[in-house]
Amino acid sequence: MTDDAPITEDELHAYVDGALPADRLAAVKSHLAVNPEEAARVAAWRAQAAHIRERWSAVADEPIPERLRIENIAVRASGIRRKVAIAAAIAFLIGGTTGWLGRDLSGLGNERQIALALADAAIAAHRLYVAEVRHPIEVRAEEEHLLRWLSRKVGSPLKAPDLAPEGLKLLGGRLLPGARGPTALFMYEGAGGERVTITCARAASEGETGFLWRQAGEIGAIAWVEGGIAFVVAGPSERERLDRVARLVYAAYEESSPARR
Amino acid sequence: MDALTFAMEPDMTTVRRGLEPLIPALRRFARALARNSEAADDLVQDTLVRALRAEHLFHGGDLRTWLFTILLNLDRNRRRGLSRRPVLAVIEDIDPEAAPASDGSGRDIERGLALLPAEQREVLLLVTLEGLSYREAAEIQGVPIGTVMSRLSRARAALRAHLEGELPQLRRVQ
Repeated sequence: MTDDAPITEDELHAYVDGALPADRLAAVKSHLAVNPEEAARVAAWRAQAAHIRERWSAVADEPIPERLRIENIAVRASGIRRKVAIAAAIAFLIGGTTGWLGRDLSGLGNERQIALALADAAIAAHRLYVAEVRHPIEVRAEEEHLLRWLSRKVGSPLKAPDLAPEGLKLLGGRLLPGARGPTALFMYEGAGGERVTITCARAASEGETGFLWRQAGEIGAIAWVEGGIAFVVAGPSERERLDRVARLVYAAYEESSPARR
Repeated sequence: MDALTFAMEPDMTTVRRGLEPLIPALRRFARALARNSEAADDLVQDTLVRALRAEHLFHGGDLRTWLFTILLNLDRNRRRGLSRRPVLAVIEDIDPEAAPASDGSGRDIERGLALLPAEQREVLLLVTLEGLSYREAAEIQGVPIGTVMSRLSRARAALRAHLEGELPQLRRVQ
């Protein structure tokens, strides 16, 4: 575009908004000098912009209200997550006793389906209980009967693997309903407060699967079936870390029951 | 609790850090859009919540543009919600503390903006109040630049007609 090209309306807007290329500035100015109507238009636009800024710019200088501070927003975000989680978990609890979970888990021989069904249930449970600040678990890690109790309920010898290599410490566990029988949930917490759960249920299958990845929003889960137990490791959707955790769990069960294979 | 939720998404602090300095501009923009300061801050809060929940979806690019996009989408939902329950809509929904008492131009610009179609009001505010480029406005609205230019043109013409028709003393400012 050359200096003497006709002035477009877009250029007039760009002039007002300070977006006009420098080499067109002189042409626009001389155009306005000889076109009073155009000049009035441009002046009106300028005045509008000034009014708009005058009316609202001070808002940006106001102190930020408490509820809009990032640290409080982070809490609220988890609050919303929790509402969704509760709905999901209720669906799980109802469905778990009446049908969908039962159907999937009783699909004998289909370990993959068993693992994925448990993964969905585990994600729902993870959402619900990870958001619990005061009562995330029923039985604390320190209580000796934790493993005995959950193993008896689930009907398989369970372990609470040492996840210290991933910086995770066992908080404790709780019992969940499942169509094929009770399901155990172990909750771990990291130094930063992040929580990871291990969910275990009888698989009613002697087959096995590889690690299956499942993701639901911000939560990721790795599920597998091995030695008659379905496992799900769920946590913040960071696949590599969950994979390392899953390997630790897998290894713990391997070494505890060498006769299983 | 703070520490807990922060640490739940350990790899996402970049977005979080980038959000903080943008909050004043988001509040300013939301106030001009929603007019009512409570509704405006609700909008900002929902925007931040949405951004934090979706931060894994943000892969570089301009954080400000992304946030304004979220805010405008939420505002559209909000207005849709309002229009579904007209009985509850407040007629004079302007926060009193912010209107300049001097010549009433603050309120007139508000009324003028309120009369514009939403997409024109959005463009005008993005460009004049937030100083965004036409390209950024186009990206935020998800339209070509040509559409932004025609919305801007129509917004300015309508606003001029409104202000000059109803408030001749505004010419004084020019």
